[in-house]
Amino acid sequence: MPTTTSAPVENATPAPSTGAAPRRQAWRNRLSRWDFKFSPYLYVAPFFLVFILIGLYPMLYTGYLSFFSWPAYGSEVGPWVGWDNYAHVLGDSVFRKAFWNTIGIFLLSSVPQIIVATILAALLDTQLRGRTLWRMSVLLPFVVAPAASAMIFGAIFADGTGLINQTLDVLGFPKVPWHADRFASWTAIATMVNWRWTGYNALIILAAMQAIPRDLYEAADIDGASKVSQFFHVTLPSIRPTMIFVIVTSTIGGLQIFTEPRIFDTNLRFQGGSDFQYTTLTMYVFNTAQTTTNPYPRAAAAAWVLFLIIVGIALVNFLVTRAVQRRSLR
Amino acid sequence: MSKISKSWRRGLAAGAVATLVAGLVGACGGSDDTGEQAKLGKDDTLTITTFSEFGYGDLIDKWNADPERPFKVKQTVVAEWDTWKQSLTTGLQSGEGLTDIVGIEGDMMPALVAEGASDQFVDLTDKELDGRWMESKYLEGQTADGKQIGYPTDAGPEAFCYRADLFEKAGLPSDREAVKELFKDWDTYFATGDKFKAKMPKTAWYDSSGAIAQAMLNQVEFPFQTKDQKVDVDNPELRNVYDTVAEHAATQSTKVEQWGEDWTANFTNDGFATIPCPGWMFANIKDSAPDVKGWDIVDAFPGGGGNWGGSYLAVPAQSEHQEEAKEFANYLTTAESQVAASKVAGNFPANLEAQSVLAEENATDPYFNNAPTSQILASRAEAVPAGVPFKGDKYSDILGLFQQAIRRVDEGTDPEKSWATFLEGVEGMS
Repeated sequence: MPTTTSAPVENATPAPSTGAAPRRQAWRNRLSRWDFKFSPYLYVAPFFLVFILIGLYPMLYTGYLSFFSWPAYGSEVGPWVGWDNYAHVLGDSVFRKAFWNTIGIFLLSSVPQIIVATILAALLDTQLRGRTLWRMSVLLPFVVAPAASAMIFGAIFADGTGLINQTLDVLGFPKVPWHADRFASWTAIATMVNWRWTGYNALIILAAMQAIPRDLYEAADIDGASKVSQFFHVTLPSIRPTMIFVIVTSTIGGLQIFTEPRIFDTNLRFQGGSDFQYTTLTMYVFNTAQTTTNPYPRAAAAAWVLFLIIVGIALVNFLVTRAVQRRSLR
Repeated sequence: MSKISKSWRRGLAAGAVATLVAGLVGACGGSDDTGEQAKLGKDDTLTITTFSEFGYGDLIDKWNADPERPFKVKQTVVAEWDTWKQSLTTGLQSGEGLTDIVGIEGDMMPALVAEGASDQFVDLTDKELDGRWMESKYLEGQTADGKQIGYPTDAGPEAFCYRADLFEKAGLPSDREAVKELFKDWDTYFATGDKFKAKMPKTAWYDSSGAIAQAMLNQVEFPFQTKDQKVDVDNPELRNVYDTVAEHAATQSTKVEQWGEDWTANFTNDGFATIPCPGWMFANIKDSAPDVKGWDIVDAFPGGGGNWGGSYLAVPAQSEHQEEAKEFANYLTTAESQVAASKVAGNFPANLEAQSVLAEENATDPYFNNAPTSQILASRAEAVPAGVPFKGDKYSDILGLFQQAIRRVDEGTDPEKSWATFLEGVEGMS
């Protein structure tokens, strides 16, 4: 192979007697061309190899599994059943409850979370004393293990002996049925999520705010804009890309919420409340895998439905934010 | 040129993925259920998981302290059956992760002796052990074609435990003999509850709606499934249990969930006055309320008798030390071991010799006002109706849904609505 391709090169060189050096030269050229062409792929390859192994493969296998049955207490896959598992999941009222619970908890957490995080970031962006201390301390809840914080909140939201209900009782108000009432349980779980993620999002937004050129603010000052209108007309438009990132990640995270409701759950069989008041989609997947009727295939079907829901919502998210961005660029 | 190479590259990538997937699928599907057997040395460890209180702690300590022991044993104790049932189910279905011996609640046995599931366990049949256990218990651990999956550990003949001091305060008789009359049938039991509540409005009559539902359920002949394993939950007997419990939930129950923190707390703060009491419940009471004086046991049960619980020891096929596991399960269910375990946990042994040893000793329990506990349990065992309730292969799973339905009523859901959710849940199992 190399001899045939090197032949024309040899012909082109004026000194054919010293053939070895140009040949080496050509080889080197080719290497550097390959380097230029393929190295980038080589550098990103490890990620994709690992992704194929622990991301893509389980996903595809889950899809494959969702078309089979599974014998009770068996440890091997049963016969092919077509779309039966999807029909079961979509027809299951518990799945529909889990869907609305997830949406409810997601809205109760993501919306206030992002609003508060933005305001917090704007406050941290001012000339405070001990800025680093303040900035780091908002991240503190994020460092605490979610299981640990869920246990603390469990003590706060306990129905009989919880901090909030004890206080309400002393003040003469009726106790809140945190685990029995649907909305109350969503609020409790959303509180845990907000406590954990608000500071984290605030720091990301803060970083974006600090990248805004200061002369924009100086110009606004000269024009007589108040701090509030500076926030709305200078800060917010400048951090839009970061906001989109924060919104998308918190959407995906919010739809996959598991730890908080699971540890909040006082139910004996961890079904997310006796009437599935606060079972989420991921909890549904997890619990389905532990039943005895087609456990893994049904859980796999539910997981795929959840995946498609997330893709759908992310797509809507993307289109909406792009439309907003386009409009503001005009 | 570039087009060709692109499609070639795509083909290669697809091929690679396909090979990888096929390889891994093959690796998963091809794994054998039966673990490779390995002999245990003197310092190797055999593992066992039990739940609640089997009373094996001292026995295992003694076994490990013996220099002549053939191997070491490590026990894991899970607090609640429901939690352990989930892990056990996952372990069986994934074919890995279980200990060499597993404790199994009797209600789940019908599901495990069914075809398919029974392949997950080692046959423990041993001719030498014939006649060791109560016939009915032994047969419940056996498949239709005679494979023995579990060795019975205990049975759960039920008495009633009650707080004599609170009975006195409420103006009821409190003497062990005199209270028998109050527990003769369910109507009298609930009527007494009303009387008690009139005097003691702050104390509930019984520990939880779930326990009473369980007690009444254990007297229904075909609660969930007919003799030929057909699911039939919409029957009048089951509905009667449900309605009775739902009716009294508001007035007589603590409305807390069994085994939860609030449930445990109620043992000490005069939360309730009576609780259905199989032998294994004794340990629960003592652990929850070590300092409370006033607990007593009556040799009577509303509606005759009933059996609540009773467990088995089984060896999963995935165990790598099946021989040793079988040997140790045998050791734990000998008369000697069962007498020792019973003294710790209060369990009523399924081992016949252990039963007669305990009956002869006729021990009394100072905690329960010197009640002759073994005598009471033996007498209660005689009152258990044979073969009731019939437990089909889905018994344990439907029982979970039924308890969930009762729990919803406790939390304020309309009983009709909760029943409808229960029916839907059972429907979803098939």
